[in-house]
Amino acid sequence: MSVATQHPPGREQLGTFGPEPQPLSLLVNGEVRTALADPATTLVEFLRDALGLTGTKIGCDRGACSACTVWIDGEVAASCMTLALDARERNITTIEGLSREGELHPVQQAFIDHDALQCGFCTPGMVMSCAQLVNRNPDCTLDDVKTAISGHLCRCGTYPNIFKATLAAAAASRKGQAK
Amino acid sequence: MSADAFEQRSLSAGIVGAAVKQVTRKVPQGEPPPWPANAELQVVGKDVPRMDALDKVTGRARYTFDVQLPGMLYARTLNSTLPHARIKSIDTSRAEKHPGVRAVHVLDRLLMAAELRDPGDEAREPYPIVRFTGQPIAAVAATSARAAEAALALIRVEYEPMPHVTEFEAAIDPGSPPVFPGPTEQQATAGGGGAAKGLPQKGNLRGPSKGGSRGEIERGFKEADVVVEGEYRTQVQTHTPLEPHGVVADWRDEELTIYASTQHVMSVRDEAAEIFKLPKEKIRAISDYTGGGFGAKYGIGNYGTLAIHLSRKARAPVRLVLDRREEHVSVGNRPSTLQRLKIGAKRDGSLTAIELHSFGTGGVAAGAGVGMCHHSMYPCPNVSIEHYDVFTNAGPCAAFRGPGQTQGIFAFEQAIDAVAARLGIDPVAMRDKIDTRDADDVRARAAERRIGAEKIGWSRRRAPGSDAGPIKRGIGMAQSMWPYIVNSYTTCEIRIAGDGTVEAFCGTQDIGTGTRTVFAQVVAEELGLRAEDVRVHVGDSRFPPGPPSGGSRVTSSLTPAARNAAHAAARDIASRVAPLLKAPPDELIFKNGRIERRGDSKTSLGFAEALRRAGIETLVHRADRRDDYEGYARKAGELNISPHAIGGVQFAEVCVDTQTGAVKVERVVAVHDCGRPINPKLVESQILGGVTQGVSYALYEDRRLDAATGVQLNANIDQYKIVGSRETPQIEVHLIELLGGQSSTDARGVAEPANVATAAAIANAFFNATGKRIYTLPMTPANVLAALRAE
Repeated sequence: MSVATQHPPGREQLGTFGPEPQPLSLLVNGEVRTALADPATTLVEFLRDALGLTGTKIGCDRGACSACTVWIDGEVAASCMTLALDARERNITTIEGLSREGELHPVQQAFIDHDALQCGFCTPGMVMSCAQLVNRNPDCTLDDVKTAISGHLCRCGTYPNIFKATLAAAAASRKGQAK
Repeated sequence: MSADAFEQRSLSAGIVGAAVKQVTRKVPQGEPPPWPANAELQVVGKDVPRMDALDKVTGRARYTFDVQLPGMLYARTLNSTLPHARIKSIDTSRAEKHPGVRAVHVLDRLLMAAELRDPGDEAREPYPIVRFTGQPIAAVAATSARAAEAALALIRVEYEPMPHVTEFEAAIDPGSPPVFPGPTEQQATAGGGGAAKGLPQKGNLRGPSKGGSRGEIERGFKEADVVVEGEYRTQVQTHTPLEPHGVVADWRDEELTIYASTQHVMSVRDEAAEIFKLPKEKIRAISDYTGGGFGAKYGIGNYGTLAIHLSRKARAPVRLVLDRREEHVSVGNRPSTLQRLKIGAKRDGSLTAIELHSFGTGGVAAGAGVGMCHHSMYPCPNVSIEHYDVFTNAGPCAAFRGPGQTQGIFAFEQAIDAVAARLGIDPVAMRDKIDTRDADDVRARAAERRIGAEKIGWSRRRAPGSDAGPIKRGIGMAQSMWPYIVNSYTTCEIRIAGDGTVEAFCGTQDIGTGTRTVFAQVVAEELGLRAEDVRVHVGDSRFPPGPPSGGSRVTSSLTPAARNAAHAAARDIASRVAPLLKAPPDELIFKNGRIERRGDSKTSLGFAEALRRAGIETLVHRADRRDDYEGYARKAGELNISPHAIGGVQFAEVCVDTQTGAVKVERVVAVHDCGRPINPKLVESQILGGVTQGVSYALYEDRRLDAATGVQLNANIDQYKIVGSRETPQIEVHLIELLGGQSSTDARGVAEPANVATAAAIANAFFNATGKRIYTLPMTPANVLAALRAE
């Protein structure tokens, strides 16, 4: 049975996968990375266990805490709720790939400046959602920030500083664009 | 110099900017001179960015969850499906043969639960008796988590079910099934917890403990002009750290290494040493980063014990991290309480009697008390306390941010509010009247009440239930109190290399509170460097002993030792550099990366250059945490409790929809003290966290068990509701700088003080909004509507 029929047009050639582990190639942070996976492997398992990209966390493994947030084709996604094989032919960005050539994304810098983290375990996921918001909508409001992270859980209670940091990063990014 | 030699010193004490006076203290000789107020310091008292923030925002920070070792196996745990049972047999043979499985281990001793005082009360069993659904029984290590999971299904456990009880009301019935067949004890772990020894126990009731009782309670009520009574209930709250409990255990012939998500690497090492009969020096516990703990992450735990056994059997590193269900069920929670509280007061507000009859339900663990607030916060001559722990067939309780006190203050500060309302005294004025002990926290709260009242706009507070429509708004306040704790056995080591590299070591850990950062700031201040010039090393049991990250005691314990070690290093350097600068050593000061003669900035050398020219290769200085200058009110093992507590006052503004029962906390003003704030920004973060968790506790969180099976019905993040971005109120933090003249840094903790008053402040605001008391947490629509219908 082909799983490809589930996918957008143009992806049929990806063909069948599994049930035994087989090499899977994904485009992660601009590089094609290949490792063995079986069909039940989630994207977050593949990133962490097969590729060693442990910046992406698992808090609940059921899409309820968003600690596992990555970007798939620039959109935020719960990598614990995405099968690795469904990420073929997609462009995946993880927290490790967010900064470019050593330069932090403005949201990362703002998180540091505003102390928008404590234990830090939810932070990679939070940063991915807030960075995506700022990229998409530099004019975002407090309400937009709250919405963007409404599916994220931070047990330490860093929300107020995340709001401040994200709005500050948005303001910085608007300034950057105006130049 | 003898450690016993003291000298009299004049030190500043009081609230900076308000009331600082000189006090005389008996100070150990060799203590560094007192620091001035923060405004006059270079690094301490400044908002230095968190040192590990870069690693955290880039995903580079390596938690135990992220440790991946060559050949590492993945372990999963088999948990009981029954709430109370004897295990007749366990057959692991099929699991052992499952592809990928490298080791199976059956648990032979259960940690974290209470134990029978007399083991003879129970027939000898081949396996630990199951006392709660979800109790760990065995674990499998395999080459993948999935193989381990599949193998678990092949383990056959033959249970002999026993009658069980999960609900408090049922458990206190003398005819209910006993969770334990005889009296129990709950040992404290290296990180704290435990219960008073030798208390009577009948059925599931362990107690009473009467600590704090005094005077004649009946006389106290006779002398009262007004008596207020209430029955308060609080729910079970689970810690829910984002990183679950877990370890990676790596047993080698020569050494056992344990990577642990923990609040105390030393307790991981010590408990593992005891259980596996290993010398402590053969065990190394490491925690680079811990993804939240909040009181539940101490010691080796059942999961850790299992992982070590598996690693020893498989001769490979084993990763055992709990899944979210296990995290909710088996590794700790805040006990539920029932508090029957009766307070008598004179017309002027002064308290004549406090009577508390309370119960706490910590599942299979004892130690479910309701804190010390009832008997120690406000002076009252007649106090009667009777507390019982109630056992149920449910997962064990553990310390949780302000253990006991958070539950206790919810009841106590509401009762004080109720007394004030009955007497027609303003709640803030009521506290002015009764909060009168001679202690730093009392003086702090007096200032904090003024600040908070002004910031929240207390003067616009109206009579209870003033809003005519169904949406009602109100303001309330409640006070915080938490002991100021100092940990003995805290040692810091400073190593300075000839190239100017400064390293600081302590075997405490940074669980997200900012320990690395405050450690670096204190050392940097003494050496005239920037915080980022100091390389801090924590989270390793091989380092000098450090305090557990619990009880709000890290900063208070660590920073004086750190400062003293750095101070000794600075004086050592000064004596070696003095000839180069042709100045007496005691005239050399460390400032802005340079060593210079006081008042003569031209006579100076850069820090690294001075070390090089003085021919210094390596300097090592160590210092211990000395006792507070005024000593302690109580000592218990390594725990020292100051006669001065930590204060804090919180004000809340709420909105109650009386038709739907929905409560929204719109705003919280949190005014706090923590001695000298080493890093105000990080203190603010702690307070934001304490308030947020307090709102979550007050409004949403509630562990629910199915009484028929003992299964937790909401053991996940989607159904166990916790405050998210949408429910976060506007929180304003105000901090006072309080000098106590007690140690070389005068720093105190704040994590717990920030949490304990929030629910009570919200409840008092609820009363102000609606004119009705909310006696039951959480303030769900059902509980709110019931409260609004009452009377």
